[in-house]
Amino acid sequence: MSPLCPVYTIKSRKGVCKMAFKGQQDSLSLASKTGGRLIREGFSFKNILQKNGELRGKIIILTSAFFIIAATMAITLFLTLQGLRAFTVDGINIIDFITGTEWQPNRDGNPSYGALPFIFGSFAVTVLAALVAAPIGIASALFMTEIARKWGQKALQPVIEILVGIPSVVYGLIGLSVIVPFIRSQTGGLGFGLLAGAIVVGIMILPTVTSIAADAIKSVPDDLRHASYALGATKWQTIYKVIIPAALPSLLTAVVLGMARAFGEALAVQMVIGNARGIPDSLVDPAATLTTIITLSMGHTTSGSVLNDVLWSLGLILLVMSYVFILIIRYLSKRRKLS
Amino acid sequence: MNSRLLNRLAISLIVACAVVMVGTLAALLGYILYQGVSQISWSFLTSDSSAFQAGGGIKNQLWNSFYILFITMLLTVPLGTAGGIYLAEYAKQTRFTAFIRSCVEVLASLPSIVVGMFGLLVFVNYFNWEYSILSGAVALTVFNLPVIVRVTENALCSVSEEQRAAGLALGMTQWHTIKKVFLPAAFPGILTGVILCAGRVFGESAALLFTAGLSSPNLDFTNWNPLSANSPLNLFRSAETLSVHIWSVNSVGIIPDAKEVAAGAAAVLVISVLTFNLVARLLGRIVEKKMTGK
Amino acid sequence: MKKLMLLASFAVLMVLATGCGSAANSEADGGSGSKDTEKLSGKLVVGGSSALQPLAAAAAKGFMEEHPEVQIQVQGGGSGTGLSQVAKGNLDIGMSDYFAESGDGIDANSLVDNKVAVVGMTAAVSPKAGVTKLSKEDLKKVFTGKVKNWSELGGKDEKITLVNRPDGSGTRATFGQFALDNETPAEGITEDSSNTVKKIVSETSGAIGYLAFSYFNDDSVTKLAINGAEATDENVTNGKFPVWAYEHMYTKGTPSKLEKAFLDYMMGDKVQGELVPSQGYISVSKMEVERDANGKTTKKSDTDID
Repeated sequence: MSPLCPVYTIKSRKGVCKMAFKGQQDSLSLASKTGGRLIREGFSFKNILQKNGELRGKIIILTSAFFIIAATMAITLFLTLQGLRAFTVDGINIIDFITGTEWQPNRDGNPSYGALPFIFGSFAVTVLAALVAAPIGIASALFMTEIARKWGQKALQPVIEILVGIPSVVYGLIGLSVIVPFIRSQTGGLGFGLLAGAIVVGIMILPTVTSIAADAIKSVPDDLRHASYALGATKWQTIYKVIIPAALPSLLTAVVLGMARAFGEALAVQMVIGNARGIPDSLVDPAATLTTIITLSMGHTTSGSVLNDVLWSLGLILLVMSYVFILIIRYLSKRRKLS
Repeated sequence: MNSRLLNRLAISLIVACAVVMVGTLAALLGYILYQGVSQISWSFLTSDSSAFQAGGGIKNQLWNSFYILFITMLLTVPLGTAGGIYLAEYAKQTRFTAFIRSCVEVLASLPSIVVGMFGLLVFVNYFNWEYSILSGAVALTVFNLPVIVRVTENALCSVSEEQRAAGLALGMTQWHTIKKVFLPAAFPGILTGVILCAGRVFGESAALLFTAGLSSPNLDFTNWNPLSANSPLNLFRSAETLSVHIWSVNSVGIIPDAKEVAAGAAAVLVISVLTFNLVARLLGRIVEKKMTGK
Repeated sequence: MKKLMLLASFAVLMVLATGCGSAANSEADGGSGSKDTEKLSGKLVVGGSSALQPLAAAAAKGFMEEHPEVQIQVQGGGSGTGLSQVAKGNLDIGMSDYFAESGDGIDANSLVDNKVAVVGMTAAVSPKAGVTKLSKEDLKKVFTGKVKNWSELGGKDEKITLVNRPDGSGTRATFGQFALDNETPAEGITEDSSNTVKKIVSETSGAIGYLAFSYFNDDSVTKLAINGAEATDENVTNGKFPVWAYEHMYTKGTPSKLEKAFLDYMMGDKVQGELVPSQGYISVSKMEVERDANGKTTKKSDTDID
């Protein structure tokens, strides 16, 4: 049936209203289906004005759906085409590009475009940020849902919302004026580097991880908890042996979503990471990520130049990676449904 | 005994983590406000920014932030709520809706710098809108739309099944039911979500870097003709927003008092975001009270 | 049906997009093509090099005071942006630290060059390194990573830390070409903002970066002499100090009336005599040497001093 034709039965909302009404859903949707059928049968007698309203509503709604699809396809298409230019037009070898460690785009006669240090930098920042955010985030989620059920939620929910709302440049600014000098005073180096980037991004993704992890833990059925306590288990044993395993795929989803955000973060990282173009030797060495090199170099390149094309290729890697993160999340949610 | 000890230890660790999180927020806010509030003065808020001398203000950046936010919301809210309604109420579990859902998911998880690059390619260069408010607002729409779609969908989902069935049982068409029953019932949820999104858009920077530009003409606040070059309302002028300003004074700027300007601007930004948050909660509560008639 | 809708919505988007785009264009062009013979009016968009931006902004302010009907918008964005956007017609005047000929993918023949100022640059060294002058050879060794400690060059026992500028930045290009003879700098922290570079160099013992002369206005960083020549304006004008670059303002084709008026103003006494020196630039008219797009420096045949 074309989506333009009016549809009068209420659909089952599987997957939309996740766990919330699972128990009642079947009986209710049956009831509403019956109601819906009655209306459909009586429809021909309805006045025409209402029919127009129906059509108008549908048109508004479908415009939105098409805009969403058009935007997604356009982004994918345009960025792919532009990102491939470096390989198709400028003749850069894609393997050399991904595995090369030398980034010397302006060297006379013999430029080289090895993006590996940036790819490495992006993954390093992402993983380190997850290491910062995952334990604190999941523990805070446990606090909200298991330890202080009554007021933990009330106290932490606003904290999460405010942390989410703080703009990324502000995190970057804090990193620049607090974290970088602190690392410099501790290690004696520049202070700019992977570690500073990872801490800044880790704090940034903390609220994302916490709120999704809290939702995941909340959706573990109470029966499991009661059963565990009835067996004489302590709170920690219940958390460790029952709740975490039950919520594991969702907890992983929380961390992966956080990592996806960390991977794409640009300006906050650029302000503190130091933007050096080699693979760093240690945590406190300056490094660069895909996003930082794009923000740093874009304004200095002329469009159509090889360097400019290569920057678009780095953008394409970002795009591909966000698809990869989506696939991982899908895989995890499939596992969640199976278990 | 051993397991009890472990229990205590583990629980104190969990509590410690929660404290760390609250402490981080307190430290962040404390630091930004402590550093920044002393920089905020009437003249800081109402004077033009300076390209190279010390003592510039943030008047235009502040205006640009609000203006871009307004245009973005103008585009996003109708489209996004409509998309949410479609997914929650109309869409069957077909491959088509699954596809729309995937698209929403992809859009929601795109890094904002990728959206910015797309904006540069398509809006700035291809459509020839240049670095402008319009390019920035449309890029932000791309990136904010999926969030509003989800907010709406979730809010509609939490409307009880009884209300749905009741609406339909009264013999209303589906659109009529949505308009008269679901939307009012879901309104507080949607409103809160939209205002929280507004806070996010207000602080967005990476997507605007390549679309709205790094500079702003000195605006003439007596000229409200949207076609005039230095009018605050002109959609086709470049517009540096507050958050982009914080980045640019630190990363590419040449003014000597970058630190002070950035601190002041950050404080203004954070205060605005906090206000959005507060307003969202208050409004949500008030509207809900009115709706439920208590 | 679905496809049809998709096509239709795309079409609507396109029409909207091009419609708005052209509206903006005609508006932008309206001023520069003005027939008004007496009074200048209209809008100019100037953008590009952040090194030239302060001068252009100050000059634009002065120009707008003289011609209140004119709106000049000065943007940054970097030299590359300046060149490619002026070539595309999105900017009326593109500012650049380097010749359009060295910009990749730019049709230099379509652009008209106006050299509005000269900027001298030199290495900025942390005072704790204990070095105030270096030969070019030693400087190259420092920046290519062959020398790792200042003590090897007669300085203090401090590890050398390089602070670079991004690829394609005008400062990096100039410093690389004339101070390092096109040798590629070794890896190091990379920062876009001159202020940040200065800050890092001043706070990190043993750090070295490079800056335009105007940033050496206090004692926090040491201004390095190269090959025995002090980094001063005089040494740049007489050709003794090699690391300098023109600041260019490009127009696409012959400048329009308004563009020409602004460029004339840039070259006039008010800008060249007052703004240029006060902001740390060097006036082009003072130069006793000149340089072509290939980087070849020659004595001016007839040095006109005005």
